[in-house]
Amino acid sequence: MKFNHARTYLLAALAFCFVVSLLLKNNQSYWLYVSYDIGINIILAVSLNLINGYTGQFSLGHAGFMAVGAYTAAVITNQFTGSSDALGNAVFLGALVAGGLLAAVAGLLVGIPTLRLRGDYLAIVTLGFGEIIRVIIQNMDSIGGPRGYSVMHAWTNFFWAFGTAAVTIYVIVALVHSTYGRGFIAVQDDEIAAAAVGINPTKYKVTAFVVGAFFAGIAGGLYAHAKEFISPDGFGFMKSIEIVVMVILGGMGNTPGVVLAAILLTLLPEGLRNLGDVAHLPGISADHPLSWVKDTRMVIYSLLLVVLMLTRPQGLFAFKKRINA
Amino acid sequence: MTEFLQQLINGLAFGSILALIALGYTMVYGILRFINFAHGDVFMIGAFAGLYLTPKVATFLPTPSIWAGLVVMAGAMAICAVLGILIERFAYRPLRRSPKLAVLITAIGISLFLEYAGQKFFGAAPRAFPKLIPSAHITQISGLSIDSNQIVVLAVTILLLIVLRFIVLKTKIGMAMRALSFNPEAAALMGVNTDVVISFTFGLGSALAAGGGILFAVLYPAVDPLMGVLPGLKAFCAAVLGGIGNLPGAALGGLIIGIVETFVAGSKYSTWRDAIAFAILILILLVKPSGLLGKKEIEKV
Repeated sequence: MKFNHARTYLLAALAFCFVVSLLLKNNQSYWLYVSYDIGINIILAVSLNLINGYTGQFSLGHAGFMAVGAYTAAVITNQFTGSSDALGNAVFLGALVAGGLLAAVAGLLVGIPTLRLRGDYLAIVTLGFGEIIRVIIQNMDSIGGPRGYSVMHAWTNFFWAFGTAAVTIYVIVALVHSTYGRGFIAVQDDEIAAAAVGINPTKYKVTAFVVGAFFAGIAGGLYAHAKEFISPDGFGFMKSIEIVVMVILGGMGNTPGVVLAAILLTLLPEGLRNLGDVAHLPGISADHPLSWVKDTRMVIYSLLLVVLMLTRPQGLFAFKKRINA
Repeated sequence: MTEFLQQLINGLAFGSILALIALGYTMVYGILRFINFAHGDVFMIGAFAGLYLTPKVATFLPTPSIWAGLVVMAGAMAICAVLGILIERFAYRPLRRSPKLAVLITAIGISLFLEYAGQKFFGAAPRAFPKLIPSAHITQISGLSIDSNQIVVLAVTILLLIVLRFIVLKTKIGMAMRALSFNPEAAALMGVNTDVVISFTFGLGSALAAGGGILFAVLYPAVDPLMGVLPGLKAFCAAVLGGIGNLPGAALGGLIIGIVETFVAGSKYSTWRDAIAFAILILILLVKPSGLLGKKEIEKV
């Protein structure tokens, strides 16, 4: 991929999102809401890809960072009671960044143990951190604790969801392809060799965690303002696994693949759900002939994951071993 | 003091179940060096096997009785041993030479599969576990309230640990297991059939998890398809705490985590109970990554 025109593409993408967003201003359709999920999942998967894919670490705590961002942004915007659109958007931007920054601090805290751990141990520790974040939120009564927290403003729209996704993709790809960013890939390939040529693996690993957590926090903020209600249970270990699966399916360290996987895996459960609602099929007399799809879809999903790992461990959309590295 | 002893007894009972699960993690890790994420779900299947076996056993044995309990437990252990061997054969063995990450993700996939299949076939709502063994409250001793089930749990755990220790230290296959965890290549060169030993390890670990599942269901008589997730993760923390790959360490770690968690749950910080195991895990990995009883491994370049 060439990055000479990357900034132009980014601006074009932002302008496109803005226009679409204006056109869809009064649209309330179900699929529009699903599209917000797609944007949010792209941000989550692409940012996790920096940690798991490019840097070769294994984090199972991404949902925890997302939770930090979601609650921070929601608490900030809930203070806002004005009616001005422009001011509201400015507050939203500020809240998203604040959520991202706080999540980045959490990422720094999680990144520190990575100095000593790798592989399985790292996976379980990040999982532990994610669960601890969840339990902390459950114990904070001021933000609802286990009852959840209502978000007053449904500010997430097409522009915010996909504009932020475009910015995330741009930043992560530009970072990895910069002179500095080659270090991430070096750390993944061989830590000891990287250290021998003067790359500080610790610094790169922590940077990956901090940057990844920042964007996960932003995704959390978007999520909070799309759903208008957040609860600690929504940010459990299963959510982290869902994001990991997107990265794996797309191919570790393969951003276009990961974006595709995020889109596909958001649409797939929705599609299967709708398939179950199909009342009649030509030639079949039974009512709701596909209703079994609805309750078996998660079983199919988990089996697919296993089969995928057995047959294509490099990911579904990885056609070369690694793109341009 | 009474309060303290009471919590200690509750903690020992819960901890011994964690210890049984932790042994499965630690045995598999000792030999294959990977976290079998599906282990907690094998524990769940064990409890459900008990749920379905109990009415069958009730046709030829009086049900709340020790004998029925033993038969159900043996049945559940056998079912889970087969399940463990099948999982290893079809999901993990083809990946034995693959990167560890691929195996880890496969394990997560198997874990999800067991959970979702459980929700599909057993139903997602918790189900009451039948009364398997006769129980009574023993309250005479200075205000302590001891459930006879807790004593049964402790006794069965100790029995299983003794059997496990015998298998690992005194039998030929146990020796092969130890050889394999020490050095797989050398063991294979000495004529150890690695595949058989690995299958056996999975079977043994899964049987112990099933035993833990039955005991858990006896102690807290409700079973649901997601019941294995948290005990599984906590048991893994216990295995790391004791020093992964080390059998007495896993048992010790299970007891410590069980007791600490029960004390937290009984204090005013009860809502923090689920974070305790992870906090202990993170602390131990930061301070002494080899665990309480583990040996330090040196990574060669």
